[in-house]
Amino acid sequence: MAIRQKTLMRLAPWAVTLFLVIMWEGICVSFAVPEFLMPAPSAVFKAGIATAGPIFEHATQTFFTTLVGFALAVAVGLVIGAVVGSSPLVYKALYPMLVGFNSIPKVAFVPVLVVWFGIGTVPAILTAFLISFFPVVVNVATGLATLEPELEDVLRSLGASRLDILRKVGLPRAMPYFFASLKVAITLAFVGSVISETVASNLGIGYLMMSASSSMNMPLVFAGLIVIGAMGVVMYELFAALERRLTGWAHRGAGAAL
Amino acid sequence: MSFVRFENVSLAYTEDGPRAIEDVSLDVREGEFVAVVGPSGCGKSTLMKLVSGLRLPNDGYVYVNGRQVGGPLNLVGMAFQAANLLPWRTTLQNVMLPMEIVEPYRSELRSKRAEFEQRARAQLAAVGLAGCEDKFPWELSGGMQQRASICRALIHKPRLLMLDEPFGALDAFTREELWCMLRDLWQAQPFTVILVTHDLREAVFLADTVYVMSARPGRILERREIDLPRPRDLDLTYTDQFARHVHALREHIGHVRKH
Repeated sequence: MAIRQKTLMRLAPWAVTLFLVIMWEGICVSFAVPEFLMPAPSAVFKAGIATAGPIFEHATQTFFTTLVGFALAVAVGLVIGAVVGSSPLVYKALYPMLVGFNSIPKVAFVPVLVVWFGIGTVPAILTAFLISFFPVVVNVATGLATLEPELEDVLRSLGASRLDILRKVGLPRAMPYFFASLKVAITLAFVGSVISETVASNLGIGYLMMSASSSMNMPLVFAGLIVIGAMGVVMYELFAALERRLTGWAHRGAGAAL
Repeated sequence: MSFVRFENVSLAYTEDGPRAIEDVSLDVREGEFVAVVGPSGCGKSTLMKLVSGLRLPNDGYVYVNGRQVGGPLNLVGMAFQAANLLPWRTTLQNVMLPMEIVEPYRSELRSKRAEFEQRARAQLAAVGLAGCEDKFPWELSGGMQQRASICRALIHKPRLLMLDEPFGALDAFTREELWCMLRDLWQAQPFTVILVTHDLREAVFLADTVYVMSARPGRILERREIDLPRPRDLDLTYTDQFARHVHALREHIGHVRKH
């Protein structure tokens, strides 16, 4: 019984995906939906194979801009999060600014980046960075700010400096929060880079989809969407696995259930 | 010469705020086991913060080891009601934590790690945790976690151990077991203990001297010497002599409650 449950858990995501694809194909075929409105999965797949070369090239571009933006977001997010989380004063001072900035739709900010850096890779990297650093900041800050006061007392009474407390307790304790934020941040980073590519680039999946839709090549647009989604899922799973490995102590309930 | 000395100490956490403790004076000899009892919110924990230097008094003076307390002192070890072990460290690594912070151990850690770890293992064995060194805290029961927490408080050989209701969250049987553990540790290698508790039996069983504090603002109402012979056995807690001490203390607490 337990083994069957386990197999079911593993197969469920694949089964649901397959079911949705079949439904989609069935609806397109049975209602004879025109391809320029909603292409059937088979047509999308065909377009994907036919333009595999360009898709791969553009996907690589998107993948690397996303990763660079994401890496920047993690580095900057960790530092700001650590500062904000360990000082109530900085927390108060900086938070409205951070929240305000995060509320700006990043697509509205891309033109500014284009004026500063021209079109292409740099605005895409920066958009990916801008959209994905906020969750990292918030989570690291929360992890640090929720440190038990008794634990801090124990360490302070031993003569620990603030840096000692951060290194020995604060940061390790914030790690589960940090990894949770990475999973959110990596998917957001894809959103950021693709937004920028659709507005201001001649490279990347975003650009490919824009040019395909302007020539009514809907199968190619959908192929692009699916590639982005797939990259997002793979990266998410990668960070989820990393999280389970490095902060297993915080997920022992979930780990036991799996 | 007393080891810990309070002279008319008062502390308010905020300026113009109500005082957590007021005009407290007490003396603790080196090697003495002192218990402080009182109703909740009587400033017992404030007392701990003052002795360990985490807080400085508004009025009066706190002396430890003949010197006025002006900041955290590393001759103090502390344990609280919650064991507060770090879940990403094994029990042994948790006990080793103070060695990574307190001088002179900190600078010697690199060269003497094996020796220090041996000491931590011996300390764990002394409280009945042999074999648990590589387990993580969540794999231990509440009583075992509290034992490990006390090991962590003692590993850097502090001259003063401060305990803030360390057994408050444990069931009655485990609590009595840990009383005996603490008694044995203290008798094997004397250090000064200040135990904050609201369990009167615990205070009488373990301490040489019991102080009763009043409700906020905390004041010392009574100082009572517990003249029961040592080593004390758990059976002692069922004798009339023991009950008389508990009763006498209880009367002061009851008096506090009416106001």
